[in-house]
Amino acid sequence: MSETADRVRKIVVEHLGVEADKVTEDASFIDDLGADSLDIVELVMAFEEEFGVEIPDDAAEKITTVKDAITYIDEHQG
Amino acid sequence: MRRVVVTGLGLVTPLGGDVETSWKNILASKSGAATITRFDATDFQSNYACEVKPADHEYGFDAGRRVDHKIQRQVDPFIVFGIDAAGQAIEDAGLTDMTEEERYRAGCSIGSGIGGLPGIESESLVLEHKGPKRVSPHFVHGRLINLISGQVSIKYGLMGPNHAVVTACSTGAHSIGDAARMIAMDDADVMLAGGAESAICPIGIAGFGQARALSTGFRDDPTKGSRPYDADRDGFVMGEGAGVVVLEEYERAKARGAKIYAEVIGYGLSGDAYHVTAPHPEGSGAFRSMEMAMKKSGLSLSDIDYVNAHGTSTPLGDELELGAVRRLFGDAIGTMSMSSTKSAIGHLLGGAGAVESIFCILAMRDQIVPPTLNLDNPSENCAGVDLVPHTAKERKVKAVLNNSFGFGGTNASLVMKAL
Repeated sequence: MSETADRVRKIVVEHLGVEADKVTEDASFIDDLGADSLDIVELVMAFEEEFGVEIPDDAAEKITTVKDAITYIDEHQG
Repeated sequence: MRRVVVTGLGLVTPLGGDVETSWKNILASKSGAATITRFDATDFQSNYACEVKPADHEYGFDAGRRVDHKIQRQVDPFIVFGIDAAGQAIEDAGLTDMTEEERYRAGCSIGSGIGGLPGIESESLVLEHKGPKRVSPHFVHGRLINLISGQVSIKYGLMGPNHAVVTACSTGAHSIGDAARMIAMDDADVMLAGGAESAICPIGIAGFGQARALSTGFRDDPTKGSRPYDADRDGFVMGEGAGVVVLEEYERAKARGAKIYAEVIGYGLSGDAYHVTAPHPEGSGAFRSMEMAMKKSGLSLSDIDYVNAHGTSTPLGDELELGAVRRLFGDAIGTMSMSSTKSAIGHLLGGAGAVESIFCILAMRDQIVPPTLNLDNPSENCAGVDLVPHTAKERKVKAVLNNSFGFGGTNASLVMKAL
């Protein structure tokens, strides 16, 4: 797992209070990890802080799985 | 009118994360006061308070016991305290498995005096330093006062009345009184009722400090700071925590063989219409509140064995309350005991009336009244009243009166009796 993936997973575990092994790349924030729409707003904020990226609302709406988040961050970082 | 009884209790206090631990420590004359740990209060008007202790403390509170990690992150501590106390109460009452039909007739009335002050303070700083896009999406519903009732109703599926009183330091007593009326008036059969507070944060201590309400002179030994009726009292010591009771319609409770702690038989409410923070100089609001509760109860004053006083340890308030009690009780003052448990756990503001009602109920259960700590030198108007100094006292306790008075000149009194 990449360094980005590790850090994303850590944030998800902390914010959603889920077990680390549930946070697979295919896991859906809402369907598999019990998040609601406001939790996703909060996660996106945490990703922005952690990685120094800006994730506009229209992009954030398309981030539904852990993998979506990792991919977006890797493509837009630095 | 339908009769209303108490069938479950829940407490989170500076002396324990549950009912029995809190009560045991109250009766052992322990104090929950200490130097504030949550932030460095050295340069504040007061640097001590009665904080709820962390889970690893001898009588600490484990937030993870009943509140999900995710919710703990999203909401202010007063909501966490309230959810846990409500959980204790509904478990104690044996009502966690109500049918859907029953849950339509079960509701919540759990309020707070101030609500999520620590979170309002900290998110304001996020807004100032990082801008609007960094404010938590959970900011609003994690701070709102009615969100204890909201969270508890969701957790336990309670679809009856969903209410939250906001009457400063009278909140807990008003919550129980209002909820009891909802049951009496047939709006519900079961109500979780009480109050919670957690305002020990920089802006909270600074604000109450500037209002000249806090005890400031006992930095060397904070356990001496809360001293109701004592000549050296100099203000209240801020506490935090929650108290929630299960109120239930009497016939229903009896039919299911519930453990019945007490019956709520009197409720009085009044306004001082005098000043925003100072109590009425003749204690007229306090007097009328107690008088109304007594009249509703049908008891005579000599039936009251124990009064849990508002008694916050402020120079003005304690004696005005005592004067009003003296006028109301007349000769009957000689047969009752009156104490202020704020001497041990501080002033829980919106939680106070509910927590203290639970102490009243436990006094009836165990036939013992809790002490007023630090009453070394009673002020002159205390003569002839048993204020239970220093140590708990075994005695007959069949009926109790609980007083709560708040900023804005709002007063509430509850009368309860053992069955």
